[in-house]
Amino acid sequence: MTARLLPWLFVLFMALLPLWMRDQYILYVLTSTGIFIIAAMSLNLLLGYTGQLSLGHVAFFGIGAYTSALLSLGFDLDWGGAEPFVLDPQPVWLAFLGGILMAALFGWLIGRLAFRVRGAYFVIVTISFAQVMRMVALNWVDLTEGPMALNNIPPLSVWVPGEGVLPLYKKEYYYLLVLAMGVLGYVVIQRLVCSRVGRALIALRENESLARSVGINVTRYLVVATVISAGMAGASGALYTHYIRIVDPDVFMFIYTVTMVIMVITGGKGTLAGPVVGGLLFGFLPEVLREVARPEVQWIIYGAVMIVIVFFLPQGIVPAVTKLFAGKKKRAQRAARTPTTPRITEGASS
Amino acid sequence: MPEFLQHLANAVILGGTYALLGIGLTLIFGIMRVVNFTHGELYTFGAYMAFMLAGMFGLNFFASLALAALLGMALGALIEFALLRPLKGADIDTTMLVMIGAGIAMQAGEQLMWGGVAKSVPNPFPTDPFVLGPVSVGPIRLFVLAVAVVLLVIFYLLLNRTKLGVAMRATFQDPDTAALMGVNNGLMYTLTFAIGSGLAAIAGALLGPIFVVTPTMGDLVALKAFAIVILGGLGNIPGATIGGFVLALVEEFGAGYLSSGYRDAMGFLLIIAVLLVRPQGLFAAKERIG
Repeated sequence: MTARLLPWLFVLFMALLPLWMRDQYILYVLTSTGIFIIAAMSLNLLLGYTGQLSLGHVAFFGIGAYTSALLSLGFDLDWGGAEPFVLDPQPVWLAFLGGILMAALFGWLIGRLAFRVRGAYFVIVTISFAQVMRMVALNWVDLTEGPMALNNIPPLSVWVPGEGVLPLYKKEYYYLLVLAMGVLGYVVIQRLVCSRVGRALIALRENESLARSVGINVTRYLVVATVISAGMAGASGALYTHYIRIVDPDVFMFIYTVTMVIMVITGGKGTLAGPVVGGLLFGFLPEVLREVARPEVQWIIYGAVMIVIVFFLPQGIVPAVTKLFAGKKKRAQRAARTPTTPRITEGASS
Repeated sequence: MPEFLQHLANAVILGGTYALLGIGLTLIFGIMRVVNFTHGELYTFGAYMAFMLAGMFGLNFFASLALAALLGMALGALIEFALLRPLKGADIDTTMLVMIGAGIAMQAGEQLMWGGVAKSVPNPFPTDPFVLGPVSVGPIRLFVLAVAVVLLVIFYLLLNRTKLGVAMRATFQDPDTAALMGVNNGLMYTLTFAIGSGLAAIAGALLGPIFVVTPTMGDLVALKAFAIVILGGLGNIPGATIGGFVLALVEEFGAGYLSSGYRDAMGFLLIIAVLLVRPQGLFAAKERIG
């Protein structure tokens, strides 16, 4: 029972946080951590549940960010015809939706393409894809402004009873929005994983040939998972871009993918709570380390943590903790069942 | 036409170093089944060693190159010994994650030691280019090509004509049978990683005087090395050699005739195209990868 309630208690706690937490900086850190947790959850769907290590995940994040930013700012595109294609600024939520759809579309494309191969090939194709996206963002200056970045992106808005539609300039509101989105993402993944699709994905992670032999259309399920995962990563990218209100080609950097991967494997890949735990840890670790260490040293620690986790906690934190508690419970039950039986040690009888 | 010849010359020169990088990576993958994410950092390490030895300590340029390669080999052996040996038998994703962690730590270490400011490696070559008809080539670039070709030849002789090479190829084909024939697998793995790392380090040291040395110079190079290796087929050594030259040609001509801004994207577009048509790589015969 408590295990069921725990996530909701956590959400309640986080939702009430702005009431007493007046430190704007901590709210800022929590909001951006929340956005990355959503991205990490989407990566977990691929890495944890299908077993495919996508190292180009940041591409979907960036595509969501750029699409949403461009749609909300409006753009004109010289496509070679007589008149350039002009798009007026769209409402932010429409842009947000556009970001999700565009990311999902690319997820479908990459899924169709990359799942022709597995393992190392798959990893390298996904990295290449992210790299191409970065080059496009850098070089298609007419559209993306290249390294000059897209500025003054409008923040997301929300309808408040009695006050009409308000742009979310206040940190507390944006924080709550990200929290709500995070909960939504969590529930979507939970539903998915417990569904037929989720069981198919886990089956093919465990043994692809066997899954195929019982009639699971492996490629189709992988593509479905990639589309959902990409759409969610796109949503987190859009949340990010409307929050910091600027986007440049560095959003496609490999290091962001690595951050997501670290969050997932540290927390526990293939568990629902894993990305949240890992995300909170790695969202706050830089803030804690900032006081004591230079950025370079921080990255060395990141790298070292990654190695240490793989060596000593290959399943991640969540499964380890679950196991610990399950073990305790079992021991407690055993103790309760046989309270007075003396322990018989081997070889003690004479 | 003169433009064409100049591009061709540039491509061949660049291709030599690309081939060195590709061979190192594909050798490690082929024999050890490890996707080496520290490859780019070993390349950077080689460049920094050349900078330190030649630029800071005033050592002879050629001696610095040789030492940089040896230090790269030593570092590679250390990585293998400390990180990969304990993980023997682990799946490919696990070693990949460890290598990514090591790569991040190495890059941050380079940043910490040498700072973010670009360095240049001094070299004894004159800057006036040789002019052969329509083509002009800097002497240092010719030297780089010569060294790359010599190293490629040495590497092939090592692999095909020596006992060590036979042992390595045997481990590549079947580690268990090789072990039964008295090949020390562990030693082969360490040597493989060391040789692959040494090739990456010398590539970095060679290109250091041509480009500038920065802590992040390895990022793009590592990705290009992956592209080369995919082009040739993972673990395929002749494939990687040709792949290196193919990538250089595509980049050079793509940048020359299509768009210079997308120069670094050419390789990735190329591998996406290759995977569409021939997922097993351009030169691989048959391999199950699905």
